Amino acid sequence: MSEEDDDIILSELDDDELVQQMFDDLYDGLKEEIEEGVNILLERGWSPYDILTKALVGGMTIVGNDFRDGILFVPEVLLAANAMKGGMAILKPLLVETGAPRVGRMVIGTVKGDIHDIGKNLVAMMMEGAGFEVTDLGINNSVEKYVEALKTEQPDILGMSALLTTTMPYMKVVIDTMKEMGIRDDYIVLVGGAPLNEEFGKAIGADAYCRDAAVAVETAKKFVARKHNQGVTG
Amino acid sequence: MTDALTRLLADRDWLMADGATGTNLFNMGLGAGDPPELWNVDEPDKIRTLYSYAVNAGSDLFLTNSFGGNASRLKLHDAQHRVRELNRVAAELGREVADASGRTVIVAGSVGPTGDIMVPMGSLTHESAVEMFHEQAEGLKEGGADVLWLETISAPEEYRAAAEAFALAGMPWCGTMSFDTAGRTMMGMTSADMVKMVEKLPNPPIAYGANCGVGASDLLRTVLGFAAQGTERPIISKGNAGIPKYVEGHIHYDGTPELMGEYAVLARDCGATFIGGCCGTMPEHLEKMHEALSTRPRGPRPTLDEIAEKLGGFSSATDGTGDEEPARRRTRRRG
Repeated sequence: MSEEDDDIILSELDDDELVQQMFDDLYDGLKEEIEEGVNILLERGWSPYDILTKALVGGMTIVGNDFRDGILFVPEVLLAANAMKGGMAILKPLLVETGAPRVGRMVIGTVKGDIHDIGKNLVAMMMEGAGFEVTDLGINNSVEKYVEALKTEQPDILGMSALLTTTMPYMKVVIDTMKEMGIRDDYIVLVGGAPLNEEFGKAIGADAYCRDAAVAVETAKKFVARKHNQGVTG
Repeated sequence: MTDALTRLLADRDWLMADGATGTNLFNMGLGAGDPPELWNVDEPDKIRTLYSYAVNAGSDLFLTNSFGGNASRLKLHDAQHRVRELNRVAAELGREVADASGRTVIVAGSVGPTGDIMVPMGSLTHESAVEMFHEQAEGLKEGGADVLWLETISAPEEYRAAAEAFALAGMPWCGTMSFDTAGRTMMGMTSADMVKMVEKLPNPPIAYGANCGVGASDLLRTVLGFAAQGTERPIISKGNAGIPKYVEGHIHYDGTPELMGEYAVLARDCGATFIGGCCGTMPEHLEKMHEALSTRPRGPRPTLDEIAEKLGGFSSATDGTGDEEPARRRTRRRG
């Protein structure tokens, strides 16, 4: 933050320095600088997938860790995610064009009766920040809506969120329905929300309870890697 | 002319607030996700019963059933055009119950968060927030609320917008925030920061403090953080009755009435003047709290260890007010 840093010219940095600078710029939520950085790396012949995973996801991992550790809070994370989004808007069409490998896919929504979505939105943003494709079902989702989305989106992960102690039991309804349909084990089921805890996650048959958005990302990565190693298709 | 709450405070060195609204209404049959505010008009007897729980347990004030009564929340139920009406009736029912009690009971018009994130991170502008809070404030005022009671706020911007709206309505007010993330609000505000913000407001609240959050222990750590700032303004402590647990298909708060009685006395020893509960605090908890506050002597300010020993441990090692906080990554922010 000293004065000589005020005139950093991104295009004059070498690749390693530029990626480090992009980590910093994501941390500071500087959207225009991230867009510029992405464009420079593209011009230098970087593949869209490398830019995503090495520069953007790498930077968001630092943001996520500091959020998890109580160093950054929601406002900073929202700004960082917004900067990330700027970079992703450039990369997304190119990723499709180049047939880049997918990190993973998630369907997420708050459960029936629950209209509180700040936590769910944070998870969706951080998951996108980690390179996942996220389908956001919004608030107040019935079991039918979740099941329908599982069919159409074919995600690796189903994420359910609840803020109310009165709505969190509905997560079990969804999981029980998936069991009855014989599709429970086709998906990784992650649950979260202020009143939940690990014990509750286990009790209802979820794969994991995620304390916050950063933990959700870590957990998602871990489970997806495990799933891929088992050779199970999503 | 001083307001009824300020007059009451002149004679008393502690006041008992109320307990849970949502938890009690759910027990009366409110469906998950249904807006409680509609019951002001559709089920007024149940709302009177809710208010009487607090009055019968000895509370000096209770909050109206209007927490989600702003346009942004009601819009989710397509009831945004009923803000004025639902808030007015919430306060009218409260006035009725309070006036029939035969003693001074304050009707505090509950105002909760909009649920939206304010600019620049979100889309809610300061002007829209003020307008929404003002509309709600006018309804509560019209219904006869003695004071307005802002609660469960996370963002300092939203707290300030509500304060501005309450000035427009010409109403005295109290306002609490919810400290649920590593001892801070979701938006990162510490207890110490809140005191600074409150004291800078052009129309500061009669009292300020914390509600909801994690458990009773965390809430008292926040109260100690307020008290450490050394200002004279009365402090509010409204903690949850423990932590919600999932028991055989139902949610149960693990704080017993006896534990909440202990919490109430500790809250007063920590420096709180207004002591109440939040989620999970039922009439039986309030009774024990009132009994404890009425019969037990004041003690010295408890240490964090003493709080943990009596009420259980904290959800995070620190709360952002000490010197041993983890530091932000040093970045090279450009101008």
